Amino acid sequence: MQKRVFFRSWWLPYVLVAPQIAVTLVFFIWPAYQALESSFYLEDAFGFSRNFVGWRNFEELFGDAGYLRSFRTTLIFGLSVTILSMGMALGLAVCANRVIRSSAAYRTLLIWPYAVAPALAGVLWFFMMNPSLGIVAYMLESTFGMDWNHYVNGNQALALVIVAAAWKQVSYNFLFFLAGLQSIPKSLIEAAAIDRAGPVRRFWSIVFPLLSPTTFFLLVVNLVYAFFDTFAIIHATTSGGPADATSILVYKVYSTGFVGQDYGSSAAQSVILMIMVIAMTFFQFRFIDRRVNY
Amino acid sequence: MIENRPFLKILTHVVLISGVLFLCFPVWMALVASTHTGEALARSPIPIWFGDEAIANYTQLLTGGVPAAGGVPLSTMMLNSLIMALGITIGKIVISLLSAYAIVFFRFPFRMLFFWLIFVTLMLPVEVRILPTYDVVARLGMLNSYSGLIIPLIASATATFLFRQFFLTIPDELVEAARIDRAGPIRFFWDILLPLSKTNIAALFIILFIYGWNQYLWPFIITTDTDLYTIVMGIQRMTNVGEGLPIWHLTMGTAVLAMLPPVLVVLVMQRLFVKGLVESEK
Repeated sequence: MQKRVFFRSWWLPYVLVAPQIAVTLVFFIWPAYQALESSFYLEDAFGFSRNFVGWRNFEELFGDAGYLRSFRTTLIFGLSVTILSMGMALGLAVCANRVIRSSAAYRTLLIWPYAVAPALAGVLWFFMMNPSLGIVAYMLESTFGMDWNHYVNGNQALALVIVAAAWKQVSYNFLFFLAGLQSIPKSLIEAAAIDRAGPVRRFWSIVFPLLSPTTFFLLVVNLVYAFFDTFAIIHATTSGGPADATSILVYKVYSTGFVGQDYGSSAAQSVILMIMVIAMTFFQFRFIDRRVNY
Repeated sequence: MIENRPFLKILTHVVLISGVLFLCFPVWMALVASTHTGEALARSPIPIWFGDEAIANYTQLLTGGVPAAGGVPLSTMMLNSLIMALGITIGKIVISLLSAYAIVFFRFPFRMLFFWLIFVTLMLPVEVRILPTYDVVARLGMLNSYSGLIIPLIASATATFLFRQFFLTIPDELVEAARIDRAGPIRFFWDILLPLSKTNIAALFIILFIYGWNQYLWPFIITTDTDLYTIVMGIQRMTNVGEGLPIWHLTMGTAVLAMLPPVLVVLVMQRLFVKGLVESEK
């Protein structure tokens, strides 16, 4: 954690950490504290007065069918995005790890979407699936006879944001899977091949178990991404609609606070989300780094 | 490859090519759409090959913007995005370098407290505490300003940890040698530590630049002044008003311009990008 040799100064280290600590206190700790505090108050819409109401904001939230539905939506959304993007990335990484020629070209072509902003990923897919002029909507209609309209159909709207969110995340997962695959010793694979294990058997019995540290790491990172970083995708496309079908928890904090102006409830939602992030970060640092190791 | 199986070889390439197509297709469509007139896109199926309106569309976007969506020229928005992205990147790197230096190379009271305070920022993404943070920035009078866009986002646990990790690998002998030569802490930082950290800084710069450029929610809530719009959040206004209007060609042109800088950075500096991405997650 620290060096044996160090410098001595009673003031310099404080000056050095001051900027970081100042920003942290003012823009992180203070707002978090405020959210915690106002989650126990009920404020009128103009901010003139507020009353202490104890746990009422939380009780109302958990009694609200809309909020509970948002939990469900978030879970479906998060799991679908994670499974879809990790599954695709793993398949691509295994293939990219096999090819010898042109592997650099493939890699380049597969990693650039990392740089595309989530909001833009949303807009791109929004355009492709637009019911009246989108090319994908047109293909779905002409080949499968599927009537695509995410303005009306909530499930289709959810599918749209899931695809957009997963599309953007494939590159990230691909890079980490590829790095994981490349660190598996070739000799293990060769030994299995000599024992006449075919490619499929080798993958499931050797490669996949050895990848588990990477897989678990990505699992947490992807869930965090899907739960918290996808606000832009939702906001720029469906705006939580139709009828709240795509209103995931982070979107709901925003819409309750900024659109609905219900500060107490928004603060209570913030607190719930903070508890979720803290739990996930804790899980990531406590277990993933150490437990799954070979 | 271990054994020669032609079928598997073909399958591998088929999977890879379909993956590339899946990832590239949306951008292809955006590029194509941005070279047509709005009317050409109103008929389904829309064209999948380039039209000849590219120059007209992009000139319109860069100089006049989209009139139906406020008419802010995209050149203004891109400049704002650039200022914000660079501000966030440089800010994060500078304050993280300094605090990691203090935490690794000094012993002082409350060192661990500071370390944990920085760690906590990891657990409080903007999206989660959006309303109270807005409140704080409003009270400080930083709404509609570059400082409001940049400063609240420059605390960085990830960057601090990365530098800390790297500093810990620097041999003690180097510090001892510097001290014997009577170099003080500032001299050591400037003349030895900083040059050694160059690659790390460069790799981190790329990741943070992408992060900064792609910010959406924060600029969206704290800028109401159209002169401060950034391009990534500006596109939201176009999709919103664009429902009934034939402006998809302009919206897609905006999307192309908005993703161009970060994508170029990734493609041109691929090696550093991969290094930065993999290391900053450790």
